[in-house]
This record gives sequence, structure tokens and C-alpha cells, in this order.
Amino acid sequence: MKITGSCQEGVLTLRFQGELDHHVSQEVMAALSERIDAFLPRKCVLDLRGLSFMDSSGIALLLRAEKKMRQLEGSLLVTGVQEQPGRVLRAAGADQRLGITE
Amino acid sequence: MPALNSVKLEFPSLSANEAFARSCAACFAAQLDPTLEELGDLKTAVSEAVTNAVVHAYPSEIGRVLLKLRLLEGNVLEVTVKDWGCGIPDVAQAMEPLFTTGGEERSGMGFSIMACFTDKLRVRSAPGRGTTVVMRKKFSRRIQL
Ligand SMILES: Nc1ncnc2c1ncn2[C@@H]1O[C@H](COP(=O)(O)OP(=O)(O)OP(=O)(O)O)[C@@H](O)[C@H]1O
Ligand SMILES: [Mg+2]
Repeated sequence: MKITGSCQEGVLTLRFQGELDHHVSQEVMAALSERIDAFLPRKCVLDLRGLSFMDSSGIALLLRAEKKMRQLEGSLLVTGVQEQPGRVLRAAGADQRLGITE
Repeated sequence: MPALNSVKLEFPSLSANEAFARSCAACFAAQLDPTLEELGDLKTAVSEAVTNAVVHAYPSEIGRVLLKLRLLEGNVLEVTVKDWGCGIPDVAQAMEPLFTTGGEERSGMGFSIMACFTDKLRVRSAPGRGTTVVMRKKFSRRIQL
């Protein structure tokens, strides 16, 4: 799992690459929180084009990130969801609880 | 039901083995000439069952996890994930969507995802003895030459 990103005009964009499961989720959440706390963006965009696999650990992580942004009175947007992560999000009904765009 | 092919893998409940286990299942399933969607569903279901053994069965120690893969008649793959951990006191309740004993790092959707991505899910568990999850998934029959 690799995270790269940048913050421009209050929009923090983070690109995920690899597989998001329980093994890496704690570290990913720590990295995510750290960047959100550092930039205090009004919007956080998670670009999942490079995320080839995700399971329920990923769902919990995305929902936590959404909650964190909401608590900062900002918003979270998820984009570039690939086939397998999309099926998992829909099966868990999490697509209804997250802002997702193409 | 007799298996046409089978493999057994035993490994310690280390989180690094979650990716190992789902990749092994995908490799074994390759003989069924699966679609990408079928492979993704299989990997997800295996990942959920193995992660449960790692996270819940052995909360404060490293225990053993057994992954059994059996190819059955009619393009059916049977996956068994077994642990000898703490067990589940109420299986029906544990299988309800959103039920979790795991806090905010968990979503309580593991069993629902396993049920959704396979055709048959059976869970047997005894407190203090361990848990066995058996899933069956039928793969599409693709054109054979
Ligand atoms: N192998 C196991 N050993 C002991 N308890 C288990 C095992 N598998 C599941 N459980 C119990 O069943 C509950 C529900 O499991 P499920 O996989 O559906 O959700 P979760 O693991 O809590 O969250 P998620 O899978 O969404 O991250 C768990 O919280 C745990 O209490
Ligand atoms: Mg689980």
C-alpha cells in the first residue's frame, strides 16, 4: 500500500495504490490522519484508481476518514473506485454513506 | 462430497498472512478459468474469514489458522477457514450485519460480505474451542475447447 498526495487551496488529494486490508489499515489510517491534521483541508479527496483490492477493513477506514472530515466541518470525496472495491462498498451498503464520484 | 483436487495450508495468525491466504485461494481457483469478478469475490471472502481468525480468534496471542481449498464436482470451490481460538458465543448474532465486538477499526460487515460473495456460508463455533467457516462458490462454466 502506498499513499501519495498534495494539498492545494484547501483540497487535500490522496492517491492510494495497492491493496487495503487489515494488515495495513492501521498504518494507512495513521498516515491519513496525520495529513488531514497537518493541512486541515476543507475537502479531502481519496483517489482510489490505484487501489486494486479492499475488504471490510477498508470500509471501516473510509468511514472513519469521512467522520474525521465531518468533525472538522469539511467533507470527504472518494473517486476512481475500481471494480473489486466497488463491489465490496456496494455489498456493505457503504456506497450510500460516502460521497463517491467517477 | 469427494474432492477432485485439494490443498491444505496452515499458518500462524499473523496479519501478513491475510494477503498470502487470499492469493493462494486465487491461484488454486485458476484451474477453474475464473472471470476477474469471480476471482475478486473469492479473494474478498477468503480475506474476511482469515482476517476474523487473525483479529478475533486470537486477540492476544498468535495461534494456528488452517485454510482448506477443495475443488468439487460442477465447478464448485469449497473454502474452509478454521481456527482454535476463543470461539463465538452466539453465531446468529455475530452474522448479523453491523454486529461487531471490534470497535471503530471494524465495520461488522465481514460475514455479510462472505455471504454475498459466495453461494453458501456455514459457520460452526464453540466458545473456547474455535471456529470453522465453510464457504462454497460455484464458478461459471466457460466455453471449453
Ligand atoms: N474466527 C472468529 N473467532 C472469534 N470471533 C469471531 C470470529 N469471526 C467473527 N467473530 C465475531 O463475529 C463478529 C462479526 O464478524 P464480522 O466479520 O461480520 O465483523 P467484524 O470482523 O467485527 O468487522 P469487519 O469484518 O467488517 O471488519 C466479530 O466482531 C467477532 O465478535
Ligand atoms: Mg470481520
